[in-house]
Amino acid sequence: MAPTARPTVAQPLSPHLQIYRWTWTMAMSVFHRVTGTALYGGTALVAIWLVALASGPAAYAWVAWFFGSWIGRIVLFGYTWILMHHMLGGLRHFVWDFGVGLDRTTRMNLSRGTLIGSVALTLVIWALALTLR
Amino acid sequence: MADNRQDTNLSIRTPRARVRGLGASGHGADHWWLQRVTAAANAPLMIGFVVIVAMMAGRPYPEAVALMAHPLVAIVLILAVLSVTIHMRSGMQVVIEDYVHDKALRFAALFANTFYAVVVAVACLYAILRVGLGRLV
Repeated sequence: MAPTARPTVAQPLSPHLQIYRWTWTMAMSVFHRVTGTALYGGTALVAIWLVALASGPAAYAWVAWFFGSWIGRIVLFGYTWILMHHMLGGLRHFVWDFGVGLDRTTRMNLSRGTLIGSVALTLVIWALALTLR
Repeated sequence: MADNRQDTNLSIRTPRARVRGLGASGHGADHWWLQRVTAAANAPLMIGFVVIVAMMAGRPYPEAVALMAHPLVAIVLILAVLSVTIHMRSGMQVVIEDYVHDKALRFAALFANTFYAVVVAVACLYAILRVGLGRLV
């Protein structure tokens, strides 16, 4: 066997995201961080809602009006989906932390399941919330 | 996150003594564990939270107050606030440590992260207790 020539080009020292082909596991890993960051900001909305309730009828009426409006409902719908996605993503990482589900087909299915499951859960929650009134 | 790896000439401690039990990141595995424990707590608590919010939606003020004052609702919300604010603070801390490379900026961001988590936690807890500890009769 002939000796292989050493590469003369400078190799990347620390390949970053743009080097890799996008896969489900990578996309869902990135999205887990994005959703976590979104939820971080979203807790301020929870605080505003609770403080308004504790402040009295006038403050609560204003907040209830906002969350009942079209913009408020879109925010709440997005919030539900992001929360469900981060929750399922966390459960997926929990499974992986125990060293199981790491083979190729299972890890891809778990990652796809995170997206499919979060959309399904969000729709179920809103269907129940809107019908059970 | 204590970064004591700079100015190694100024310390008489050996490199090994400085890092013993701390690992490359400057702290042990407790941060990782706290993140997992709060994550496990968050899952059932967030399901409870979603149910509570769905039940509260569209109710007139006295009914909303009465619902929030129910011990079961108040206790679930208090547990959720504690677990979530601890979880989000450690999560954002990792994000900051990963992406904010300027040392002064990172320091400021880590401080702001803690302040934000504490303000959210105290505001929520005060509100829940204010409504929950109202007069019973």
